[in-house]
Amino acid sequence: MTQMKIQPNKFNQGSEPEKEAPDPRQDSALSAEHVTIRYGNTVAVDDVGLAFAANQITAIIGPSGCGKSTFLRAFNRMNDFIPSASLEGAIRFQGIDIYDPAVDPVEVRLRIGMVFQKPNPFPKTIYKNVAWGPQINGFKGDLDELVENSLRSAAIWDEVKDRLHKSALGLSGGQQQRLCIARTLAMQSEVILMDEPCSALDPLSTGRVEDLMLELKQNHTFVIVTHNMQQASRASDYTAFMEAGKLVEFDHTEKMFQNPSNQRTEDYVSGRFG
Amino acid sequence: MNILAQKKSRWLEGGIHGFLFFCAFLSILTTVTIVVSLVWESIPFFFEVAPLDFLLGTTWQPLIVPREYGVLPLVVGTLQIVVGSALVAIPIGVCCAIYLSEYASPRMRKIVKPTLEVLAGIPTIVYGYFALTAITPVLKSIYSGTETYNAASASIVVGIMILPMIASLCDDALRAVPGSLRQGAMALGATRFEALTRVIFPAALSGITASFVLAFSRAVGETMAVSIAAGATPSMSFLPTESIQTMTAFIVQVSMGDTPRGTPEYHAIFAVGMLLFLITLGINMVAHRVLRKYREVYE
Ligand SMILES: Nc1ncnc2c1ncn2[C@@H]1O[C@H](COP(=O)(O)OP(=O)(O)OP(=O)(O)O)[C@@H](O)[C@H]1O
Ligand SMILES: [Mg+2]
Repeated sequence: MTQMKIQPNKFNQGSEPEKEAPDPRQDSALSAEHVTIRYGNTVAVDDVGLAFAANQITAIIGPSGCGKSTFLRAFNRMNDFIPSASLEGAIRFQGIDIYDPAVDPVEVRLRIGMVFQKPNPFPKTIYKNVAWGPQINGFKGDLDELVENSLRSAAIWDEVKDRLHKSALGLSGGQQQRLCIARTLAMQSEVILMDEPCSALDPLSTGRVEDLMLELKQNHTFVIVTHNMQQASRASDYTAFMEAGKLVEFDHTEKMFQNPSNQRTEDYVSGRFG
Repeated sequence: MNILAQKKSRWLEGGIHGFLFFCAFLSILTTVTIVVSLVWESIPFFFEVAPLDFLLGTTWQPLIVPREYGVLPLVVGTLQIVVGSALVAIPIGVCCAIYLSEYASPRMRKIVKPTLEVLAGIPTIVYGYFALTAITPVLKSIYSGTETYNAASASIVVGIMILPMIASLCDDALRAVPGSLRQGAMALGATRFEALTRVIFPAALSGITASFVLAFSRAVGETMAVSIAAGATPSMSFLPTESIQTMTAFIVQVSMGDTPRGTPEYHAIFAVGMLLFLITLGINMVAHRVLRKYREVYE
């Protein structure tokens, strides 16, 4: 299996996070505590605290511009690349604050993978796109097998198996997105963050991505941002509803969609929004 | 609906189309005219000198009797400048571009980038005297056998001249790579350096190579600085410490002297000019081929 340059003990020390997850019996894989994110002086995420349960799928929903992507990027330190972005509060992964100066952001990203809203395959072959991450991180096993398995998991193997060594940019947008998912799966990270991964996919591929999450959640924790209410209700175990940078409600998906406590949540999930 | 007005705008469209075509045609016409005049003026030269003697001869002595028209020393001189200046400019230029695009703060960029552009705008004659008065003395103090006019000094100064162009164009090429590619690489646990060398640089390769080709052409064509710093001694010795003459420097030497029109040495400048044109064209074509094969196209 993947051999990565991680010292597992690095993340295993430290205090247990205070659990804000709705179901305290679940172990949380990732949690945010009083997280406020600003771009310059503009607050994009306002004092949000929640915990993502391990081996579960959590959906984040909310109107455009409410800070979902910003919040999601905070979990694998992708906001580090936006010079104006700053974060307050703590984000804990297995008890360790990933913003602790002692933590290497590269290690964080190895453990917490991400699929972006817009497909961004490298201008390389399909094979190299998937093999790239494991290769730079010193993968020693059977690369061909890893590539094939990842492509199969992302439901794209049959479409690309005869053109593995052709450019990934020759794929359709939806195929590119599934390739990007395969690329992330090949890293075998514990947590996978997905920012509207299906916004460029047809219903069939969308369904496949959902199946894939359900299949892989034994070994992974998924956090998915989506504008698709059906997707959130179909595929997720928990749902968080954000509005204007604030967390409005966070609960079991069933409850969120059938009997939300907050009127605004109800308006939003039932489409009576704005 | 005013049908007439529509018709008028269609005429206007047609007129604009025609005008733009004329502009494009004009630039092609200019090129063709230059090539034709080069060929036309060099024909008399090849009545006097056999083309093979010209291309393969190793002595260039057109202004003194016995006259000899072997162009190789000029080609060697040009080659020395191109290779020498590339050795100076490519590593520094590329590193400078990487620094600018990947590591420099926006404030730093705001200072460095315009400075580069100013450097690129300095008249070449200034560079020539800079070589003669600043670089050559340093070279002499390092190795006392260095001649006052020497190829090394000229190469270095041409390197300095093309450096801003390489740095600026490579910086543009690197920055043109979509940020989403870098983010994709970083999200896969790459360090900044891995993302740069294994995703961004390959993706920018076509722009980077294009900047090299432009820089080569500029180095091949560079005249003033080389005439001043490297002297006017055609030489096959390949020694950077000695004086050389490049193809362009010869052309300048003859055009500024009192060589009578119609003589073989006068026509020689067109023959040399044509060779220069063919070499530059060759570099461009080879680079184009190589690029098509190796570049990684993004979108
Ligand atoms: N790089 C940035 N610099 C400054 N402001 C930003 C930046 N990125 C996002 N913002 C602002 O932060 C707020 C939240 O943006 P974000 O992208 O997180 O929203 P979102 O919920 O993901 O929206 P969408 O559903 O449209 O993707 C918005 O007001 C946006 O304008
Ligand atoms: Mg978003």
